[in-house]
Amino acid sequence: MGSSALILLLICGIAFAGGGILLSKALAKTSQNLQKGLPYECGIPTIGTSWIQFNVGYYLFALIFLVFDVELVFMYPWAVVVKEVGMAALIEILIFIFILFMGFLYAWRKGALKWI
Amino acid sequence: MVITGVCLLAFLVVLCFFLGYMERKVAAFMEIRLGPNRVGPKGSMQIVADTVKLLFKEGLTPDGADKFLFNLAPFIVVITSMLVVAPIAYARDFQLWDINIGVLYVSSISSMAVIGILMAGWSSSNKYSLIGAMRSGAQIVSYELSIGLSLISIVILSGSLQLSEIIESQANGWWIFKGHIPVIISFVIFIIASTAEINRAPFDLTEAEQELTGGFHTEYAGMKFAMFLLSEYINLFVVSAIAATIFLGGWMPFHIGGLDAFNHIMDYIPSSIWFFGKTFLIIFIIMWFRWTFPRLRIDQLLNLEWKYLLPISMVNILLVTAMAIMGWHF
Repeated sequence: MGSSALILLLICGIAFAGGGILLSKALAKTSQNLQKGLPYECGIPTIGTSWIQFNVGYYLFALIFLVFDVELVFMYPWAVVVKEVGMAALIEILIFIFILFMGFLYAWRKGALKWI
Repeated sequence: MVITGVCLLAFLVVLCFFLGYMERKVAAFMEIRLGPNRVGPKGSMQIVADTVKLLFKEGLTPDGADKFLFNLAPFIVVITSMLVVAPIAYARDFQLWDINIGVLYVSSISSMAVIGILMAGWSSSNKYSLIGAMRSGAQIVSYELSIGLSLISIVILSGSLQLSEIIESQANGWWIFKGHIPVIISFVIFIIASTAEINRAPFDLTEAEQELTGGFHTEYAGMKFAMFLLSEYINLFVVSAIAATIFLGGWMPFHIGGLDAFNHIMDYIPSSIWFFGKTFLIIFIIMWFRWTFPRLRIDQLLNLEWKYLLPISMVNILLVTAMAIMGWHF
């Protein structure tokens, strides 16, 4: 049914999530008290704000991911034509992966992949 | 158009009910229990009862939360998981949208789910949620690379990104059989990485109950929580369907070269049964993982991806390329 499927699914998703939540809002009983709006914890109130600075490790991994994701995007069109291009494609990708792998090994040796 | 939409929604909801039931029964089977057996025949209505219960629960928004993002997150998660369903071929000539870049479409849309999860975790204003969301972000983006690389190995062999053409290319043998060792390696990597991508055990660090109560959806209640559950099951179905399509031939029946009588019998089985059979086999394997492997730690999880799966799959790409161009067999 072509690209209209995308719009259909989009509408379906919005209708389903919205309908479910609205229906639940209409059906469910509500009540209010002082403790109800507090963040879920093990029994004591949360100390300080929850929006805190985070371990830098996550961001390092995200940066390395970005490099490899761009590589992946490059490889999709390459993968489609690799059989037609033949030998040249193999040599090109060997060079490409070699350079990338060197960078990866460098990051590895520098400890970017180490969890602190 | 409206009828298609309603059918689609009904299909997805029934699918999620079935997967929820299957999950409990498989868990019970693995632990030598009975599982749900009270509501309906063999407990099959238990999940419907649970849905009705969730419908009557109050959808709570914590006071400290970022209200707009908090309410937007379930929508994003559900919509992304529904969009991925579009290019899947359920049976012969039965495909919602035969997009010519199917593989790229699936991998790009499914990676958008992480936005919803990060949004949910961040806006909840809860420390458990935030830790869960950050773990999920690191995990999903990392494992996406291995998924992409293992999909590319099949794209190289079949020379197309279109899912229907990939299925056609398996008419004389599924890739897992005729692709030799490199394809088997990428299949195994795909299964491991997609288990991590959909946050299922042993990679369920994002919602590790014992340490984070509920992970990124700790603060969600009622229908909003049900949306996360629903999208989780749709994602489980989608990755299994993609694995079945790419590696196990989609709706192609199982053939053995030379055995004509056997092949004819296999042709009589409808193509949709082949597709769903393969998909549910993979779903069963992913459920099986949950009761077999203990949960990983976050550093072990990232080590597994970056120090093992990624280098292996990069070398594997080279092997597949050599196989495709020079006709080598491994």
